[in-house]
Amino acid sequence: MRIDLTVNGGSRTLEVAVGATLLDLLRDQLGLTGAKRGCDRGECGACTVLLDGRPALSCLTLAVSIDGSTVTTIEGVGAEEPHPLQTAFVEHDALQCGFCTPGQIMAGIACLESGASDSDERVRAWMSGNLCRCAAYPQIVAAIRSLHR
Amino acid sequence: MTGIGAPRPRVDGPAKVRGAAPFLADLPNDGGLEGRFVVSGVAAGRVEAIELDVARGLPGVVAVFGPGELPALPTLANWTLGQERHPLQQLDVAHAGQPVALVLAETAVEAERAAAAVLVRIAAAPARLGLAAHLDLAEEIDDWAPTRTVTGDVDTALAGAAVVVRGRYRTANRHYAAMEPAGALARWTGEDLELWTSTQWVGGVREALSKLLEVPLERVRVRAAHVGGGFGAKGSCWPHEIFAALAARVVGRPVRIVLPREQSFAAHGYQPETDQDVTLAADRDGRLTAIRHHSVSAAAMHDDYVEHGSLGSRSMYACPSIETLDRIVRLHLPQPTFMRAPHEGPGMVALEIAMDELAERLGLDPLELRIRNYAERDPTSGKPFSSKALRQCYEIGAERFGWARRSAAPRSMRDGDELVGLGMASALMATFRFGSSARVTLERSGLVRVETASHDIGTGVATILSQIAADALGIDPDRVSVRLADTALPEAGGTFGSATTIGVGSAVQAAAVKLRQRLEELAGEPDLRPHEYGEVLALRQLETLAETASWAPRKEDAASAMNAYGAVFAEVRVDPDLPVPRVSRVVGVYSAGRIVNPRTARSQLIGGVTWGIGQALLEASPVDPVTGRFVPAGFGSYRVPSNADVPALDLSFAEEHDPIASPLGARGVGEIGTIGIGAAIANAVYHATGVRVRELPIRVEQLL
Repeated sequence: MRIDLTVNGGSRTLEVAVGATLLDLLRDQLGLTGAKRGCDRGECGACTVLLDGRPALSCLTLAVSIDGSTVTTIEGVGAEEPHPLQTAFVEHDALQCGFCTPGQIMAGIACLESGASDSDERVRAWMSGNLCRCAAYPQIVAAIRSLHR
Repeated sequence: MTGIGAPRPRVDGPAKVRGAAPFLADLPNDGGLEGRFVVSGVAAGRVEAIELDVARGLPGVVAVFGPGELPALPTLANWTLGQERHPLQQLDVAHAGQPVALVLAETAVEAERAAAAVLVRIAAAPARLGLAAHLDLAEEIDDWAPTRTVTGDVDTALAGAAVVVRGRYRTANRHYAAMEPAGALARWTGEDLELWTSTQWVGGVREALSKLLEVPLERVRVRAAHVGGGFGAKGSCWPHEIFAALAARVVGRPVRIVLPREQSFAAHGYQPETDQDVTLAADRDGRLTAIRHHSVSAAAMHDDYVEHGSLGSRSMYACPSIETLDRIVRLHLPQPTFMRAPHEGPGMVALEIAMDELAERLGLDPLELRIRNYAERDPTSGKPFSSKALRQCYEIGAERFGWARRSAAPRSMRDGDELVGLGMASALMATFRFGSSARVTLERSGLVRVETASHDIGTGVATILSQIAADALGIDPDRVSVRLADTALPEAGGTFGSATTIGVGSAVQAAAVKLRQRLEELAGEPDLRPHEYGEVLALRQLETLAETASWAPRKEDAASAMNAYGAVFAEVRVDPDLPVPRVSRVVGVYSAGRIVNPRTARSQLIGGVTWGIGQALLEASPVDPVTGRFVPAGFGSYRVPSNADVPALDLSFAEEHDPIASPLGARGVGEIGTIGIGAAIANAVYHATGVRVRELPIRVEQLL
């Protein structure tokens, strides 16, 4: 099936298999490997991208269902210079192995834009769909909170 | 200057936050195949029939191998192997999740589809499952560490004791659940194998593959991209690595196997459940007179792994009579192995809940009981400690936590409607040391390269190695780059056992010191300044100058006992009507020698303590009594702590320098945070509710 997508600012017309997920499309067809396949069943958050500005689990999103949408992946964040949240993650040591980090950053950007960054409690709740087994959670909260306006 | 002791931001951070750090599944596999195992759904039996032709006819499928269809592998007793029994070689099934077929296809999606089309008929046999039901089968086996120690006379001490407490303590099967599923990518060029794998030990995987595939060591190169968490699961060579290499040789094309999340639960170990019997005896003043700690852990039917649950009890407290014993029960389960933190991780749960019970029986404050039994020498071996700052940990921790404000009686502290409980525990982890080597190279530009076949699995190894080299050379760490995780580099031990700072860090320091000395010789000047290094090379017409050095534990160090320690204080809140315990505050102070990088070391503690929260309240992999499968198959069913489960954590280190453990003065920080917190939470839950839970994780029904 053919779909039109805007991916990281560029318009694309793509031929996709009916069963393919957005994560399959990004990783296997477009070579955008920043979004990770941690569980492939919507439980870990490592595949989080922004879909029309909202955080979405790309492993549970069928590619054919998002014709006409805008997708932003970690590769589309801070391409010119680092996004402030990327800088804050490094400064607060909000990552260890780094596998969940692209998903954490995408969810964190959405958290900041939604206004849910106004308390530690709300950030913890917002970010609880993004698991980190290295458990950089307090540092992730601190990084997001440092940018709350 | 950001040398040793500076909180240098991790050097791999900028690439990781941009999603520009490749992991195994992100590597190109041009012209290669993707593999998928078909696994047994039952724990014991024999493959009676297997239908492979349907799968072979599906789009993209290149090969499907059933039991015995790939070349035979030798049996090899080697500790680089996760398990000695290789799957796919036989019709017999010894655990659920055992691979019984391997599908290779052009894409991962095609391999997954074809694997689902393989029909396997297994004649199920009765499976032996359930540790508690089979304790009578507990056996003592030969292992790398003693399984039994006896000091003094426990029976006589018990007979004369003023107070005796005895309890049975249990911990659950637990899984690593690293965010990155394990995987391997094998490429042969003629007789040469290159294997990329998500591993904590490229050298171990190389040794195992060389022996199993009968390829000379120098023709095997093992490398890792970024490793998305290990925690022990990636510390040995496992079947997916072996079969990627074997299948690639057979089909003559590269083969990658990335384990799907659900298969990871049976593919590379887990922490086995334990059943521990602890007896403590004390005099009226609370001085321990006897410790008896017998631990039994679940094991696989055909492979050995002992969870040494009693290890910590051999060293923790001053006591004249200590008896410890570690045994296993063989079950139809996958092979368990070491997981952050093995041995003391489950074992100290039992000892430290027992200490809380003893304190209550004596009417003593739990912290005071520990201080009264403070060990100045190792009570089992009699050796002095290399360094031990636990007393400061207790003092600083109690002060920061406000332990003095704790009222003794259970259910005596409230905040509004909620019950509040305060609990504490000691942490101990034996220090594990092994040799490693490293090369430090100076370029004429003044840039320095550190190379060693160690790994950065998120612990901060690359960052601290740059600091150690910079410190020895007197230069800025920004001028140091670090290359890791490739067997073409100087050999290093596995990145496990909280041992990398000690072993690899000391090797890098030694190589950098040698390099500096060599530069001074070349310059003919003992006080060479760092900005003159490049000039020395230019003068001598050298493009680069490299020195390689190794470090290994010294014989004389064996005169000392070495452990990392901690004092952990936890606050829990429990709704009396729906008693789901919630950790609201943790203070932990640790004794781990000199800290090379307080920023990354603190992150190690935060990770460790969070693992302890999981151990105490969330994590368990029960075994289905009918099929023998682990019930969890993903993060929905295996509950690791999420962001909302982790409160503010106040974690720090005591000031310390341990020159015996390593020339750097460091011990290790990777696992000590994982220990102590489980018991501290259990003791806090008792203090909040008055219900003594001796089985982790604590479940709401135990508190109703």
